[in-house]
Amino acid sequence: MAILIDRTSRVICQGITGKNGTFHSLACKEYGTNMVGGVTPGKEGATVDGIPVFNTVWKAVQETGADVSLIFIPAAHAKDPILEAVDAGIRLIVCITEGIPPLDTAQALHVVRQEGRLMVGPNTPGVISPPEKCKVGIMPGYIHKPGHVGVISRSGTLTYEVVDQLTRNGVGQSTCLGLGGDPVVGLSFIDCLKMFRDDPETELVVLIGEIGGSAEEQAAQFIKAEFNKPVAAYIAGRLAPPGKRMGHAGAIIDGGSGTAQGKIEALTDAGVTVIENLTQVGSVVREMLK
Amino acid sequence: MNLHEYQAKELLAQKKVAIPRGSVCYDPLEALIAARQLKSEKVVLKAQVHSGGRGKAGGVAVLSLDDDVRGKAAEILGKRLVTNQTGPQGKPVSALLVEEVVPIDQEIYLGVILDRGSGRVTIMASPEGGMEIETLAKEAPDKIFTVPVHPLTGLTAYQARGLAYSLSSNKGIASQLTHVITALYQIFVGYDCTLAEINPLIVSRDKVLALDAKVNVDDNGLFRHPEMERWRDRSQEDPVELAARKDELSYIKLDGNIGCIVNGAGLAMATLDLISLHGGSPANFLDVGGGASEQGVADAMNILLDDNRVRVVFINIFGGILRCDVLARGVIKAFRGRGVELPVIARIEGTNLEEGHKLFRESGLPIDMVSSLDEAAKRVVERAQSA
Repeated sequence: MAILIDRTSRVICQGITGKNGTFHSLACKEYGTNMVGGVTPGKEGATVDGIPVFNTVWKAVQETGADVSLIFIPAAHAKDPILEAVDAGIRLIVCITEGIPPLDTAQALHVVRQEGRLMVGPNTPGVISPPEKCKVGIMPGYIHKPGHVGVISRSGTLTYEVVDQLTRNGVGQSTCLGLGGDPVVGLSFIDCLKMFRDDPETELVVLIGEIGGSAEEQAAQFIKAEFNKPVAAYIAGRLAPPGKRMGHAGAIIDGGSGTAQGKIEALTDAGVTVIENLTQVGSVVREMLK
Repeated sequence: MNLHEYQAKELLAQKKVAIPRGSVCYDPLEALIAARQLKSEKVVLKAQVHSGGRGKAGGVAVLSLDDDVRGKAAEILGKRLVTNQTGPQGKPVSALLVEEVVPIDQEIYLGVILDRGSGRVTIMASPEGGMEIETLAKEAPDKIFTVPVHPLTGLTAYQARGLAYSLSSNKGIASQLTHVITALYQIFVGYDCTLAEINPLIVSRDKVLALDAKVNVDDNGLFRHPEMERWRDRSQEDPVELAARKDELSYIKLDGNIGCIVNGAGLAMATLDLISLHGGSPANFLDVGGGASEQGVADAMNILLDDNRVRVVFINIFGGILRCDVLARGVIKAFRGRGVELPVIARIEGTNLEEGHKLFRESGLPIDMVSSLDEAAKRVVERAQSA
């Protein structure tokens, strides 16, 4: 078991014939993901290493029964493909694209939620469920190991670093996902915590947060009130100066709110094991599982 | 990208929002002439810098026409304004806004943001403006009214009107406020802003005027508004940060002496935290991106080689998309191009790791490869302290 994606997921890639779309569709397929199709308007009939390409998401869904879509469309044009995926009945959208204007994301996300669908991202590395051999994203598959720890993060490479440590410490993962580095994103920490709570295969959750916004503080409240599994957390950005965007559009301390310190205090208060030294996340989690 | 007050006011004026009479001046004589032309008993000189807290920092002066307007203008125009938001180096003042002083009967706060949690554009207003919204939120949270706007329908007339009447019960004033609220919302969505704010929005007898305004445009939306580029004031931004952005690198200057190159924003922040945990002090945040090219890495390396505060360089790469051999070639390219000898501690994980190591070994450059991240961070701090 895992959350969001599993071995039965049928995945398409919107933007499959682009450089990144092709590279990562093939990497997902190689990992074990059931990549059933791709969408690039005007290229229907072509294949990408055996994966059939369609003109529309609607056609791709009709022909392949796809329920998950991985989106690699440039930021300026990314809103429409999200709406198209919703309209075609896609259940879960994983939007990798970075740099989408937040007002576009907000509009698309409204429709996603209205129609009862799920979106991970934008500006996310994606989702991976190692026990299910299913990866919908750009993370390196080889660092993961099947197991019982869920990982939720707002970052990409920082997540790889943590997952790599877990694996080296013999700690496998049930599902790992990045929520996205933008100010407005689809799934939240709380959404994922609820899913991990209901997943019998997940024993512990690692939460990787960063400065900006109040998603970690809200997660802390939820954990305190309604979460029954152990949680370990790491928060990045203690040294970030206020008012500066630290790489991610969403990583900014605004008017004194969204600091690492505030998040660490809220999580600690909720009984979460907050780890100060990034390089100790793997070993601390290993001890927590004993 | 941030706009100056006078630019934000120009956007408001285009939407027929009343602002005090005034003009932008770039030298003291111009300021004197502008002040006289206003034929106002009192005038205000306001330094145009990308920062709040200008008044307390000496960037705002209220003068009568008998005062030495030219002298005061010269004083403000010449200085680097250090506010509670600029850091000790301050920001240069190259323009002054010279305005009439108008009597104030009420100060209102009006701001538009995109709320992260709900994903909705949200209008915030308070009948008790003048202070910063953060202060207001602490001191009088019950006096702040918020209106979340539906993403598809946009702001409706009844919402704007309802908010206006919560700020004033006077029909004439409320009708002007409705117009201002609508205009500020239109600016926010029309220019992909992160913030559009009028503080204070004042009631002066029977008129509503925007006394101060702040508009910040989201960098991710700028491609839709190429006309905004003419308003970019490079003097207000760090030149290195600007140059880095052109190379598609994300760079932020910090106060220390350890130069950092990391792939990915989260890992880059975490690397700074790790250095600090071991007692060191980073000179910068620098994210070369998840999939940086050889040239991107070389550009990043060059930024650090140009920074004479940097004693040692820490490269921390977890290569998912970024290949270690590409990284190594980029670093070596920058060193060869410059002939500088700066010690480098590199911690590299990921694809084509062996080839990356080999390239570094064979380069003969002072590059120390450390496989443990914690060990690497400790060593970097030691090197910085002994250098």
